[in-house]
Amino acid sequence: MEVPGLFNYWMAIILMMAGLYTVIARGNLVKKLVGLGVFQISVFVLYITMGKIKDGTAPILPAGPVDGVVFSNPLPHVLILTAIVVGIATTALGLALVVRIHEAFGTIEEDDIQDIEENEA
Amino acid sequence: MIELLDIVILGMMVVAALAVLWLRDLFAVAMLSGAYSLMGATLYVLLDAVDVAFTEAAVGAGIATVLMLGTLTLVPRQEKQGKKPSLAGLFTVAATGSLLIWATLDMPEYGDPDAPIHHHVAPRYMKDSTAEVGPPNVVTSVLASYRGYDTLGETTVIFTAAIGVMALLARGRRKP
Amino acid sequence: MREKPILRVGTKFLIPFILMFALYVQFHGDFGPGGGFQAGVIFASAFILYAIVFGIAHARRALPAGIRRLLLSLGVLIYAGTGVLALAEGGRFLDYSSLAAQPVLGQHVGIFLVEFGVGMTVFAAMTTIFFVFASRDPSAREQD
Repeated sequence: MEVPGLFNYWMAIILMMAGLYTVIARGNLVKKLVGLGVFQISVFVLYITMGKIKDGTAPILPAGPVDGVVFSNPLPHVLILTAIVVGIATTALGLALVVRIHEAFGTIEEDDIQDIEENEA
Repeated sequence: MIELLDIVILGMMVVAALAVLWLRDLFAVAMLSGAYSLMGATLYVLLDAVDVAFTEAAVGAGIATVLMLGTLTLVPRQEKQGKKPSLAGLFTVAATGSLLIWATLDMPEYGDPDAPIHHHVAPRYMKDSTAEVGPPNVVTSVLASYRGYDTLGETTVIFTAAIGVMALLARGRRKP
Repeated sequence: MREKPILRVGTKFLIPFILMFALYVQFHGDFGPGGGFQAGVIFASAFILYAIVFGIAHARRALPAGIRRLLLSLGVLIYAGTGVLALAEGGRFLDYSSLAAQPVLGQHVGIFLVEFGVGMTVFAAMTTIFFVFASRDPSAREQD
């Protein structure tokens, strides 16, 4: 069984669009952050797929001779490793903002917040 | 076999992503996003990215879920009912998605060893990193040595995020 | 929590192993999967588990805010300091080859220090973020 040539990219794009739609269409701020996370991981899948070489193995060099062993590309791994940790940092900051917004407005629904702001203005 | 797993896990991830979109109970959404993250980690193992999988499992499935649950103790757990599906959003997503899929037609196929990405700096890292840097784990060599600047910047991002969260949520001892 | 002995004993049993595993990941990152980021998060998860089971007040006493803040900034300082040290030894910023007599040994020392700094900052950041979230009063409302 083979993975059809571009299948992984297409799935990554479907995930990406599911995340993007969650961010656009849902008014709940926590939901928006989860959508952002879905989007983020789809980008990771895209990158890691690009680094994969058929019949390759993880880029950890064994002690012995390495002739004939195919290693997958380590570069996307490094990029995504850093991206994951930056992702949690932004998520944490976003959640902290959501908590503060809830304390200030009593709601985390986008349209309710908008109503409150309009009434105050 | 591994290819079959790849397809199945990606399918499950799509299901989880759509469930995140539909469910109104934010507790379920938080747990699903953790599961989604863990499926992503499994996929990375299949794609030979063991370091990334490790990080994703610890950070994405672990800490992110814990933080999400911590937030849900402070905010309402139910999403408000009755928001209409956004047609403009649906159109934007469909258009962007089709454009991106059209763009992938130029991409190298899955696992293609002749893809341009494998012929830039990566072969040099694989060939010379033992002599130049030392560690058998090439990801560590690239992360800490060849691309040390990136990692320094990223550590600073974590530092800044922690300070930002403290500034937003930690109660100061002095009254303003 | 007094009424859940299995949870309490189980947690006490698990925490040393989690900490040990984190240290293994930290110092074995050169040879297998792992490194400062993963180790920091795993080390933090031990304290988060402790905080969840025994309550945030106990966890705060085990890991006071001052120490967390110190570790948070010390990690970045170690990382950047390693770069400056390389500069002072006649190399370029973050070029560890100048840190020891042989370049490869210097690289080894440099990567060790840098990963240690990363682990420290990530650990302190994750625990700080969790503790801050967990000790927030749910009924807090801003008065205006």
